[in-house]
Amino acid sequence: MFSMSSLTPASNSNRKSHRNKQPDIKPDASLSPRRKLSIRILSTLLKSPVGLIGALIVFIVVILAIVGPVISPHDPLGRNLRARFKPPGYTDSAGNTYALGTDQLGRDILSRIIAGTRVSVLVGVVSVFIAGTIGVIYGLLSGFIGGILDSILMRIVDGINSIPFILRVIAISGVVGAGLTTLIIILGVTGWTTCARVIRGEVLKVREMEYVTAAYALGQSRLKVMFLHILPNVFSSAIVLAALQVGVTILAESSLSFLGQGVKPPTVTWGLMLADGKTYINSAWWMTTFPGIAITITVLGVVFLGDWLRDFLDPNVRGRA
Amino acid sequence: MPGFINFIISRAVQLVVTMFIVSLAAFFIIRLKGGDPILVLAPDFFSEEQKAQMREFWGFDRPLGEQYITFISKAVRGDFGISFVAKRPAMELVIERLGNTWLLAAASSAIGLTVAIPLGILSALKRNSLLDFISTALASLGMAMPSFWLGLMLIIIFSVNLRILPAFGAMEPKAIIMPAATLGVGMAARLSRMTRSAMLEVLNQDYVRTARSKGLKQNTVVIRHTLRNALIPIVTVFGLQLSWLLGGAIIVESVFAWPGLGRQIIDSINNRDNAIMQAGLVWMSLSFILISYAIDVLYVLLDPRIQFK
Repeated sequence: MFSMSSLTPASNSNRKSHRNKQPDIKPDASLSPRRKLSIRILSTLLKSPVGLIGALIVFIVVILAIVGPVISPHDPLGRNLRARFKPPGYTDSAGNTYALGTDQLGRDILSRIIAGTRVSVLVGVVSVFIAGTIGVIYGLLSGFIGGILDSILMRIVDGINSIPFILRVIAISGVVGAGLTTLIIILGVTGWTTCARVIRGEVLKVREMEYVTAAYALGQSRLKVMFLHILPNVFSSAIVLAALQVGVTILAESSLSFLGQGVKPPTVTWGLMLADGKTYINSAWWMTTFPGIAITITVLGVVFLGDWLRDFLDPNVRGRA
Repeated sequence: MPGFINFIISRAVQLVVTMFIVSLAAFFIIRLKGGDPILVLAPDFFSEEQKAQMREFWGFDRPLGEQYITFISKAVRGDFGISFVAKRPAMELVIERLGNTWLLAAASSAIGLTVAIPLGILSALKRNSLLDFISTALASLGMAMPSFWLGLMLIIIFSVNLRILPAFGAMEPKAIIMPAATLGVGMAARLSRMTRSAMLEVLNQDYVRTARSKGLKQNTVVIRHTLRNALIPIVTVFGLQLSWLLGGAIIVESVFAWPGLGRQIIDSINNRDNAIMQAGLVWMSLSFILISYAIDVLYVLLDPRIQFK
């Protein structure tokens, strides 16, 4: 069964994942806890085709980001003015093949797509890490302390959310000026609101649990309860959200670079390639088609993996991302 | 009814608070770079003297609190200053474009809902069938695809190759088809999944079984007993996706050169046109908040069981 990212049903797979949550592997003295977890991950991943596809795509993209320059067929920045606008499959007189064609400066599209994975992975991972950290701390404080502080903090989130995410990023990067590092930071400090809201909701639930009351009864301080008893129990929600947010962030980066408000050349990104493609849309369809396919497949992989992760870690977070 | 009126009033108070935060954002964004708007607004080649003159002209040399009060007291009267590019009041320019953005949003929503609701219902009724599988796969694809790329693909097919639709602008009525379809696909993908899960949840309820056991026709059960209850979560999700829709509109407007507010805001950022930027941010958010507010009220009207706090 497919199950889909943020809007997923609280339906049949819910039951399935409850089953997953219970340790169906009998405690075995020969396996260390870490070993057991990796076996559990592998065995549930193998049972879920969608999760497996997602994991495979993400794995390939990450590998390409790391070893890209080594396996790339051409130099992604190497111009060849005699081979401009060549369609996919073009082979020049020296016998070099350009599998996905070339752009307006004769640069190889395939090599540029491979080079672009690096920016996408970097932006996705680092800005989501920043956003997640801010969001978890914010949501934890808001939900745990509650009262007036909670109302104020949540009104601030409402206010920020009423400016669409992409508009927030465009406005800030337009003023501050973009570049890869700045963009990563901007995406991080603007994208935490969803996480904060969901974590707050989780905290509100968890703090009413009996083990929290028990911790208080044992005389633990509020600070200890917050970090030792509540935080670990909302953490899996945060991981799932983070996985889904990576997809959103990759899309945001490509949109921004496409609009000329994000990463600047000569850094190669899929969004910039699409911006080039738009200029020559009348003549060179391959310049727009392939980078877009790369984005779509990558985001699809991240979403699939995040979906599987949600079933695996935390069936409760579904439907509220 | 007093509960309902209280609800309306308390949400209206929230709305004012939210607008206050938006106004702070609009006010401070231009000051993000070193706390001095002139660093953003003035061209690099300006001398210190010219920059000081500019600072004085725009009132940026006044205390920050005073500047904000001036900004907000003018803003509530609809005065955001003059756009120095168009030499016209920013408010006028923004309002002209705002309608186009919402026209695009409405058209995309209409497409999204017309596709998503029947597809979601069928997927739920024929769960795990081939149709369900295909519609889920398409929905995943629709959500993973960057909307501006889909727009570019449509341009290649319908403008470059088939030459039946205009690629740019809003000169003729059919110019809205491609931008609306581009955003509509994303909306449909998001809404169809929600419709499906909401329908599934309601189909398992006791009252649906009762309706079935009374011998009511399938259509009656689906439309009168299931869909009406499933509409509530659908409305919620629609409200949540509105923010995505507006964000998407900003980008799609740029792809199709649609004369909307999003494109105007991007132009204003490129031109360093502060008045338009502030007015655009405030009005984009205000219209979004008002529509969300309307959806909240609609939600309460749809579901008489909602308890008022």
